[in-house]
Amino acid sequence: MSLQTILLAVALGAAAGILSGLFGVGGGILFVPTLVALGLGQVEAAATSLLAIVPTAAVGVWRQTRFGNLRVRPALIVGVSSIAGVEAGVQIAIRIDESVLRRLFGVLLLVVAAQLVWRSTRPLRGYADVS
Amino acid sequence: MARLIAVGLTAGVFGALFGVGGGIVIVPLLVLLVHFSTREAAATSLGAIGITALAGVTAYAIRGEVRVGYALLVGVPAAAAAFAGAGLQRRLSGPVLTLAFAALLVCIGVWLIVG
Repeated sequence: MSLQTILLAVALGAAAGILSGLFGVGGGILFVPTLVALGLGQVEAAATSLLAIVPTAAVGVWRQTRFGNLRVRPALIVGVSSIAGVEAGVQIAIRIDESVLRRLFGVLLLVVAAQLVWRSTRPLRGYADVS
Repeated sequence: MARLIAVGLTAGVFGALFGVGGGIVIVPLLVLLVHFSTREAAATSLGAIGITALAGVTAYAIRGEVRVGYALLVGVPAAAAAFAGAGLQRRLSGPVLTLAFAALLVCIGVWLIVG
């Protein structure tokens, strides 16, 4: 890894952290394209992004528990049951063509962008607090 | 309970496939199916994402796909920036900035699709 790559990775990582905090999107949405830009394959980028997410999620959990928004039991149920789905996701990722996976990720970004525009133009509607 | 498990399963497949935590799926599903408030859903999804990401990393690591050095180079500055940038959130958030970010995502998305 060259010094240039290291500096670029750190800068893009920091930018991803700030942007994900600002707009409430997960770090992975930005980590994956960052890692692809740094030269990783799509599956490698997905795998590596998941590891990069761990510290960001930990910081987020630590902050949110202080605000009292985190509901521990539902978080555990969703998290633990996700383990069963993970293997299926990995199997699909390693079986389909990497260029197809990359394009699907591109589509995912367009969906997230549309969701952001929807949220900003229609504040709270469709995302209404129904609890 | 059954709904929470369904949300988890969906998030697991989605998160592992794309290398994202699954928050993009968890948050709307918790709001629509389990009737959480958006704020609760976002906070609760973070806890679930940590578990999903660990499970995904384990599954990929067995196959030798995880590049630990790159994960640290990107993940540690991101966590530090997320921590430091928490105060920015209130001052900077607004529709214009959100639209600019959405435009950035569209550019990256198009780059991945056609590139």
